[in-house]
Amino acid sequence: MTPAPNAAAIEAHELTRRFGSFTAVDKISFDVAGGEVFGFLGANGAGKTTAIRILTGLLSPTSGTARVAGHDVYTESEAIKRRIGYMSQKFSLYEDLTVSENIRLYGGIYDLSRETVRERTARMLIRLGLEHAAGTQVRALPLGWRQKLAFSVALLHEPSIVFLDEPTSGVDPITRRQFWELIYEAAARGTTVFVTTHYMDEAEYCDRISIMVSGRIEALGTPAELKRKFGVDTIDELFVRLARVTVGAA
Amino acid sequence: MTSAVTIEGLSKRFGSTIALENIAIDVAPGELFGFIGPDGAGKTTLFRILVTLILPDAGRATVLGRDVTTEIWELRRRVGYMPGRFSLYPDLSVEENLHFFASVFGASVAEQYDLIAPIYDQLAPFKERRAGALSGGMKQKLALCCALVHRPGILFLDEPTTGVDAVSRREFWELLDRLKASGLTIIVSTPYMDEADRCGRVALIQRGRILGVDAPARVAASFGRLLFTVRAAERYPLLLAAREYPNAATVFPFGDVLHFTDRRTDVEAERIARELTDYLRGRGFADVVVNEAPPTIEDTFMARMGEPEEAA
Repeated sequence: MTPAPNAAAIEAHELTRRFGSFTAVDKISFDVAGGEVFGFLGANGAGKTTAIRILTGLLSPTSGTARVAGHDVYTESEAIKRRIGYMSQKFSLYEDLTVSENIRLYGGIYDLSRETVRERTARMLIRLGLEHAAGTQVRALPLGWRQKLAFSVALLHEPSIVFLDEPTSGVDPITRRQFWELIYEAAARGTTVFVTTHYMDEAEYCDRISIMVSGRIEALGTPAELKRKFGVDTIDELFVRLARVTVGAA
Repeated sequence: MTSAVTIEGLSKRFGSTIALENIAIDVAPGELFGFIGPDGAGKTTLFRILVTLILPDAGRATVLGRDVTTEIWELRRRVGYMPGRFSLYPDLSVEENLHFFASVFGASVAEQYDLIAPIYDQLAPFKERRAGALSGGMKQKLALCCALVHRPGILFLDEPTTGVDAVSRREFWELLDRLKASGLTIIVSTPYMDEADRCGRVALIQRGRILGVDAPARVAASFGRLLFTVRAAERYPLLLAAREYPNAATVFPFGDVLHFTDRRTDVEAERIARELTDYLRGRGFADVVVNEAPPTIEDTFMARMGEPEEAA
């Protein structure tokens, strides 16, 4: 079942997750539209990771509702996992496998036919300029290339939403920008992109952003709207203003 | 006084990979000196050589006047080192970690407390918490305390702010300012270009080579070309259109604007801005605004790094 093109890719309503007496995610509500680039910002420990684990079907919420790609996070987590892509800075590809082995492995996990994998591999390697590196072990690739490849592999099964957890951490400034162009291309094809970053200049590249502080969403809107509303020049300034009071308490 | 750090012709390879190539730098006592560059640039290898953990293949380096290859034991007692990876004992509490690192150096926390107090005071409410259960920013503060507890003559901090949120990063740099004010020499590395401004001097490093060493403002000013910001509501289409402008040399997104340089070096700023504005208006960006702007360190870095890393 494919949602209609502009239907909400993610709908969260008063989504909450408690661990014992600690409320990691506290009644967060937001929608992400199909094809939108949504920046999910917050301080370390603000609850971002917990929220992402719920939205990717890895963790059940305590209360509230959320649908991802039209599927319920309580009852349809397996369907969600099939419809989303995921990559993070910490883990993305198997370093001991070659580029094409990694792609084949992911193709197998998502049940793609050999023919489909072959076709998409060829297209992907051309787009990335990696044709000559198909047989190279991933560990031998520079970090920036690995991250661009990991992103493309996360899109191999053509998910409707892709979750990117700090995808550009430590990447050089030119490659970081090339990575964002891949994001824009994916969004232009209709893929919804849900991204976290500690680079505040990258927050400005998102269609909309949310800023999470102590489990709650304290700001939600386009970067331009938020800067106007809070009377600041940059998202960095806004982030510091919202998050400063509570950081260190966690 | 002699230099706090001298590096001459330092090189290091791992197999066929060149990690450092002919590095030469001097750091004066009391400097807050930054190595700015992406992951894989060689920052960690350089730090590990300077703190005597690995040996260079060629060249020589001294820290506090002592040779990093022959005066290892002399040096180790005088150096504070915070590695890039979280290096504390996650199962020990905050307090236990601190006492452990003090005792390794034959120091006591009580004697050194004045030095670490500004940092440790922020940690004190959590002193019984396991280090592994601290938030990212707090872990960094504890690691900094542990690197300081034997009162080193110089402090090496390898990517202390990587993966740390923008607020904690700022607080961490405020702590470094206070340490610097006490006269301590601090050598720090970071992949975040915007942190360069917090250093007295910086070295830009990429693929094992130093791209430039100077005060941050001078590094930025050394960009040497006219730079323009370009702004319009439809940013991604604007980027694609600006790249198609026949006189475009470079076009990169920078936050909510594009940074643009022109191929022509003999044309005045006003004319470049006017012509680019006209071109983009013609391409349908009625709201486009072009302004000359001062370059940043990141602009300089990108201009000097040349092509991004090639795939193997």
